[in-house]
Amino acid sequence: MDFRLSEEQVKFRQEIRDFLEGEIKQGLWEPSCDAWIMGHDPEFTKRVAKKGWIGLTWPKEYGGQGRSYIDRLILTEEMLRYGAPAACHWFADRQIGGAVVHYGTDQQKKELLPMILKGEAYVGLGMSEPDAGSDLASLKTKATEDGDDFIIDGQKTWTSGGGNMNWIYLVARTDPDAPKHRGISEFFFSTDLPGISVAPIEDITGGVHFNEVFFENVRIPKTALIGERNKGFYQILNQLDYERSGMERLMANYPLFEAVINYSKETKRNGKTLSQNPLVRSKLAQLKIEFEIGRLHMYRVAMVMDEGRAPNWESSMSKIYGTAFEQRLAGAAIEIAGLYGQLSPESKRVPMHGMAYHSYLSSKGYSLQAGSSEVLKNILALRKLEMPSQ
Amino acid sequence: MNLALSEEQEMLKKMASDFLADKLPKATVKEIEESEQGYSPEMWKEMAGLGWMGLAFPEKYGGSDMSFLDLAILIEEMGRACLPGPYFSTVVLSGFTILDIGSEEQKAAYLPKISSGEAIFTLALTEPSASYEQSGIETKASAEGDNYVISGTKLFVPDANVADYMLVAAKTGKGVTLFIVDAKSPGISTTVLKTIANDKLCEVVFDKVKVPKDNILGKPDQGWPEIERIIQRAAVGKCCEMTGCIQQALDMTVEYAKDRKQYGRPIGSFQVIQHYCADMATDVDGTRLSAYQAAWMLSEGLPCTQEVAIAKAWAGEACQRVMALAHQIHGAIGVTIDHDLQYYTRRAKAAEVSFGDAGFHREVVAKEMGL
Repeated sequence: MDFRLSEEQVKFRQEIRDFLEGEIKQGLWEPSCDAWIMGHDPEFTKRVAKKGWIGLTWPKEYGGQGRSYIDRLILTEEMLRYGAPAACHWFADRQIGGAVVHYGTDQQKKELLPMILKGEAYVGLGMSEPDAGSDLASLKTKATEDGDDFIIDGQKTWTSGGGNMNWIYLVARTDPDAPKHRGISEFFFSTDLPGISVAPIEDITGGVHFNEVFFENVRIPKTALIGERNKGFYQILNQLDYERSGMERLMANYPLFEAVINYSKETKRNGKTLSQNPLVRSKLAQLKIEFEIGRLHMYRVAMVMDEGRAPNWESSMSKIYGTAFEQRLAGAAIEIAGLYGQLSPESKRVPMHGMAYHSYLSSKGYSLQAGSSEVLKNILALRKLEMPSQ
Repeated sequence: MNLALSEEQEMLKKMASDFLADKLPKATVKEIEESEQGYSPEMWKEMAGLGWMGLAFPEKYGGSDMSFLDLAILIEEMGRACLPGPYFSTVVLSGFTILDIGSEEQKAAYLPKISSGEAIFTLALTEPSASYEQSGIETKASAEGDNYVISGTKLFVPDANVADYMLVAAKTGKGVTLFIVDAKSPGISTTVLKTIANDKLCEVVFDKVKVPKDNILGKPDQGWPEIERIIQRAAVGKCCEMTGCIQQALDMTVEYAKDRKQYGRPIGSFQVIQHYCADMATDVDGTRLSAYQAAWMLSEGLPCTQEVAIAKAWAGEACQRVMALAHQIHGAIGVTIDHDLQYYTRRAKAAEVSFGDAGFHREVVAKEMGL
């Protein structure tokens, strides 16, 4: 048992911090909550790619760095801590590249991985549909074979990154006659094709990061199929363990955490700073405790992956925990600000740059996407605790 | 970073778990709890024979030279088995303190006695103020010739009824001093308190108890920083014990939910029960991760004020959530005196308030955060 980071890891963290602080000093971007999913900045992504920080864990033969999952966790932890605008490459780096490494053909690896590594693949995640949320296997979007192509017809919704995508990861039904879990395949293709249209969905913060995406007679080459035909659902189960594994599940609103601590130290009520108020102190200390417990959960997931095992329940546990924490953090930040907490980011008196307001609203979605907490608890019960399904 | 136990640690864990499963069925726990002494002298000897008392002490004091982290693994198993008795008081509270600040003579005199199981020690720290702050100490020790004379009342002293020696914290001239006191000294009277864990917490009255100056442990007047380290070690030890306690409660609950049928199916197949169990598992793992992080840091001699406080604040409240759900899922059978669950319920509550409750440790965290 060893909770220490290696010297190289400590240096790596410092290198990332220096890089991000340098960027902020140059005024290239401003830190913000949810920037990993909302902050589309192609130039930032290019600079990150140049550092070799996309595909960090992929094997060197595919252009990756062959580094550990702990290293990658350190990288994402710092990106989130500084609220860096990493949305352009986040999904490609986090899950699509890994899926290609794992399930892709040699040709796909040759074509797709360099594009991801250069930070040129802005990926939308085409999974959910109006009638297929938690029950993803009931999806209806069809991929029908036609010569050397598939023809895609159907509708996706809650497509994260759909507004900025140039590539899409799509799950579609390839065998309508098979039982629902056994007729699904995964695809990855450029969206620069006729028949694809995107309609943004405004979320409760007023922001747009998910979308409806419509496919009408969209012809894609068969080479877009990732892995085995009709085995997509089982591939996804594995990929989702990785999707859920990251620090964003705890730290999407980390900049708010720092902001509310500083706000409490600086803001006076009745002649005393808020941080001297026992209730506020207790609340903030409790958040710190919960944050650190969450961090241990996240690092545990990375350690499991470094052992060469899929985190097939650990990432569910950490995601349930992390997203619930984010919600408590955001709620507490508003409560600590009191009446000021309700001010929207446009108000001139809004505290904490409006992060509390934004985060309170946006945090509601994170316990839903990438597996609702309820679905994840089912996973914990069945996979970890081996409870009966009926 | 890795969380794996070494081969040696795996062996220790297995040995402890096998021994306790064999020697300590709940009927025995009940018997020991209800006995006047509150421990089994026979099992105490066997534990010493297995090398448990001296596990983390140097070989020259009869120990096995293992680490606090190794000890943490053993304590988790003790928590899992609800081991009653003065192990924690003797080893965690007292032995480590002597090892930490005792003179060479004191270490040579007392640690071998602990390692061999010959002597039971405890720590007389808290008082009617029920506080873990320096200001809570009213017991006084005044110098008289070659002796100090201690007067005052200590409360919630574990295992004082069977202790051979007590480490006593008392106010002296400019601070607090720790003394090693022979528990048979004239002027000491001990009364066992009735407690929720049915352990042997005692009220110990010191009425002009004479202690030789040579029995000062550490430096006179400068005992408080060491007492803070004692509280830290104890808090981490408790967290490990609590980890074992709630892990066992979770395991029992999951087993029960798999077996118990209602509406024609195991209740563990209902999502509401599954989600309760998932919540319990998440709390158990958070407790374990933070307890072992703190134990590892202590073991490595790293500064860990914040990590210890986080672990204990978390464990105290997580245990309550876990036990509440354990009971809810067990239903009526779980609230009977003959069911094993109640041992864990009672111990988890006692552990929550021992060596700093969540409020106490939150304040430590607040200070560490610069609030």
